[in-house]
Amino acid sequence: MSVTIVKTYLPPPFCEREIFRYAGGGAEDEGTRSAVLSCIEEAKGALIYKVCYRELPVFVEGNECDFGVFSLSSNSLAKNLSGCQTVILFAATVGVGIDRMIGKYGRLSPSRALLMQAIGAERIESLCGLFCREIQKEKGLLARPRFSPGYGDLPLETQRTVFELLDCPKKIGAYLNESLLISPTKTVTAFLGFGATVSASNEEKCRDCGQQSCIYRDTK
Amino acid sequence: MNFLDFLQQNIVLLDGGMGTLLQERGLAAGEKPERWNITHAEEIVNVHKAYFDAGSNVVCTNTFGANTLKFSEEELEEIVKAALQNACVAKEKSLSKQEKFIALDVGPSGRLLRPYGDLDFEDAVTLFKKTIDLGVKYGAELILIETMSDCYEAKAALLAAKESYNLPVLVSGAYGADGKLTTGATPAATVALLEGMGATAVGANCSLGPKQLGGVLDELLVNASLPVLFKPNAGLPKLVNGRTEFDVTVEEFAREIALSVEKGARLIGGCCGTTPAYIQAVARAIKGLAPKPLTDKGRTVVSSYTHAVELGNAPVLIGERINPTGKKRLKQALREGDIDYLLGEGVGQQEKGVQLLDVNVGLPEIDEKETLQRAVEELQTVVDLPLSVDTSSVSAMEAALRRYNGKALINSVNGKRECMEAVFPLVKKYGGVVIALTLDEDGIPENAGGRVAIAEKILKVAEQYGVAKKDIVFDTLAMPVSADKNAANSTLTALKRISLELGCHTSLGVSNVSFGLPERDTVNATFFALALENGLSAAIVNPYSAEMMKTYYAYNALKGWDKNCAAYVEKAAELSSQTPPSSQSVPTKETEEEYRSKLQRAIIKGFKDSAGALTKELLKTADPLEIVHQEIIPALNTVGEGFEQKKIYLPQLLTSAEAAGCAFEQIKSCLAKSGVRRDRRSTFVLATVHGDIHDIGKNIVKLLLENYGFDVVDLGKDVPPEKIVGETVKRRAPMVGLSALMTTTLPAMEETVRQLREKAPWCKIVVGGAVLTEEYAEKLGADQYAKDAMETVRFAESVEASEG
Repeated sequence: MSVTIVKTYLPPPFCEREIFRYAGGGAEDEGTRSAVLSCIEEAKGALIYKVCYRELPVFVEGNECDFGVFSLSSNSLAKNLSGCQTVILFAATVGVGIDRMIGKYGRLSPSRALLMQAIGAERIESLCGLFCREIQKEKGLLARPRFSPGYGDLPLETQRTVFELLDCPKKIGAYLNESLLISPTKTVTAFLGFGATVSASNEEKCRDCGQQSCIYRDTK
Repeated sequence: MNFLDFLQQNIVLLDGGMGTLLQERGLAAGEKPERWNITHAEEIVNVHKAYFDAGSNVVCTNTFGANTLKFSEEELEEIVKAALQNACVAKEKSLSKQEKFIALDVGPSGRLLRPYGDLDFEDAVTLFKKTIDLGVKYGAELILIETMSDCYEAKAALLAAKESYNLPVLVSGAYGADGKLTTGATPAATVALLEGMGATAVGANCSLGPKQLGGVLDELLVNASLPVLFKPNAGLPKLVNGRTEFDVTVEEFAREIALSVEKGARLIGGCCGTTPAYIQAVARAIKGLAPKPLTDKGRTVVSSYTHAVELGNAPVLIGERINPTGKKRLKQALREGDIDYLLGEGVGQQEKGVQLLDVNVGLPEIDEKETLQRAVEELQTVVDLPLSVDTSSVSAMEAALRRYNGKALINSVNGKRECMEAVFPLVKKYGGVVIALTLDEDGIPENAGGRVAIAEKILKVAEQYGVAKKDIVFDTLAMPVSADKNAANSTLTALKRISLELGCHTSLGVSNVSFGLPERDTVNATFFALALENGLSAAIVNPYSAEMMKTYYAYNALKGWDKNCAAYVEKAAELSSQTPPSSQSVPTKETEEEYRSKLQRAIIKGFKDSAGALTKELLKTADPLEIVHQEIIPALNTVGEGFEQKKIYLPQLLTSAEAAGCAFEQIKSCLAKSGVRRDRRSTFVLATVHGDIHDIGKNIVKLLLENYGFDVVDLGKDVPPEKIVGETVKRRAPMVGLSALMTTTLPAMEETVRQLREKAPWCKIVVGGAVLTEEYAEKLGADQYAKDAMETVRFAESVEASEG
């Protein structure tokens, strides 16, 4: 019997370059930069950093991924998890506060809303990165790149199972909407596979992705 | 004995955890524990019986997740029926001697309420009502609403219970390590809301162990006049040899709970990880402890969805600007349904330092009920201040109070019987602190004595309706001193007497006193100071008046409300210099040429303040529409073209658009005064489709379209196809823009396009959003795909041109 564990993190350092990228900014002009800083200042107090997760065994055969308590059929997830013995199934959120900021400025100042949304995106990505690094350190193993419902052919409906299993509403205050969107919007769920074979690091997620025309593609 | 009588005299021992025990008995991950009421009735009976045997006065049915989101109505009825039966069997079987009660357990719905989630408040009320109806039908003696992490959802559940039944309702929240609910409410705010609505007890359960929840318990005890419930976890779970264990031992738990009883907790028990052994140990540990007597704290408190504001400490400022009386621009905004303008007024006043916002949208030509409810809901998405619901329409008041997320200030009731009969039941039902005007059928008494007498009468009637004295704040009515030299004196004397003799808090709309006089600010500020010294607890003021704010901060400093005079010192600099910083608006000669004019430069550079100020300046000499066409539009074009050529990027495009918005605001203001309207271009209906709650892209499109003069009808996010079609047909709009971010909401977009083609074949449809592509737009049957906001503007222009 596995158990869902909740962890609360201290804020990971802000990455301005990433915020800029998510905001669709090109050159970092002084005006935008000071706007980003003032948004960070305002958002800081409204952010939380919570992750809940549980460890599950996994057996992959063909497209079937069997996690003991449930199983999924997905070519892309099977590929990602091939050779893995365990997965960490996790949900991470930076809370509803940033949605309030985005909503507030959506009505009052769309430019600020844009930056707040970019900050939210950077925050949740940073939190996922932090969590994945820590878990790898804890286990002394390298993980596969994290894999979320909606990636490749893994249906978004998978969220229902993930939410039920992790009890996200109670554990981290994340809720699944009827249309399978998550509230708070800056929430990520993912499988993190661990196995004997060495794998690509998480940081290279964009390079492995097939969406060549994605406007958020990180080419650095 | 009935539960309420028992609670008055005794410490109530609740039960412990259910979920963890069921897991030990074989409940699989992902399996719904509520079904076990039917499939494993014996196991459930045994758990309940074990708690009764351990000494619990109350066991809670195994119905935490029993609601219509998770079960069909038929199955729900079976489950709730079986759950109550199981508890009853256990009650009969247990031979222990204590008083025993059965509570219907009601957990959170599992979905987040709007606006941040997708569950509507009324749907939440209906959902809880279905479960509660069944619980009552099958014999629940009381209701425990527990593990609530959103006070709005707690309000929905409590309303569902109180609206139909008279059973005792205990309401408990799941507070985090930060001492707040997930959605940000402090214990003080939650207590204000729940106590106002008539909960039987308030409390904290789940989330953490007894020690970590100690701070929350302390805050609940300080704020609540009601009994306080405490039902923490056995600490945090960890995995030991494949078994889930909790890190607080039976002995430690019992010790901590006994301590909480000594502090004043009245209903105690355990949540996740606690077992009959824990409860038995608690029963032993509290043996011989006497319940701490319940005392009415007598506090006058209003709250928002995050925090509470108490009257009776430092005087409280209520912003008066959201009130159309004498404000042409606000009237225009209300007539046009331009809620954003009103939201701007809300945020502006918060920045000026008010602690509450008065909200009055009464205009004869608009639907006040609908508008007030909408204003209250939407203001709560931009400010976290408690609101004052200001209306003379009882139906508007009820609609707004029902939807308000917190305990509102209600403005107002008065001594007229008819008015009291209409308003007090609403105060009782929804909670609130009500401003009572000291006038009645005979008008406003000239002298103070008459007003005090009316106040006494109001208190008496309020009591009959169950509205407590602490929830009434008296307004002794400031009258123009220009018409009666004793006007101010009467108001002040009445104020002082009500404060001292009746022990009630007071409030005033200050500015009426100076009506008919020159230099009104000076008179208002002086009167304000006098009123404060006579005991005024709250004032409805214009926070943009420097005189009023100076008086306020100086008063607080002088009376010891402002430690180290810190607030005064901070505000003094701001209040003495009324001229905004203007460095941005003084371009060098060379840049001025480069940008054609100062105003165009300000817009292109995205300087909001100077764009507004320069437009105001220009309006003294130039025609408003000329400014639009010769200054603002050319500047916007420069920016738009720069964006299309990738010379500037989205953040800069938006700041320019907002600076242009500030310029337009001045133009609108000027036109509102002269009664002329800017010619609107074609109507553009805009929405984020059903199921999707992302609206940043849509808002950007709206901003740009408005800048270009289109008449944008923004239907918001998560909009059903029928509504989009309805509005398009109603306005015979020539174009519709639809936005979607997620692949899962594309079917909703497709359906909307299909319905539009059927019912509004004339309209052109443009679609956009992260998941859309040219090909997909074509497949959906849209007329065009726009990759960004500028493309949408170009689309709108082309549609308009083709229509001639």
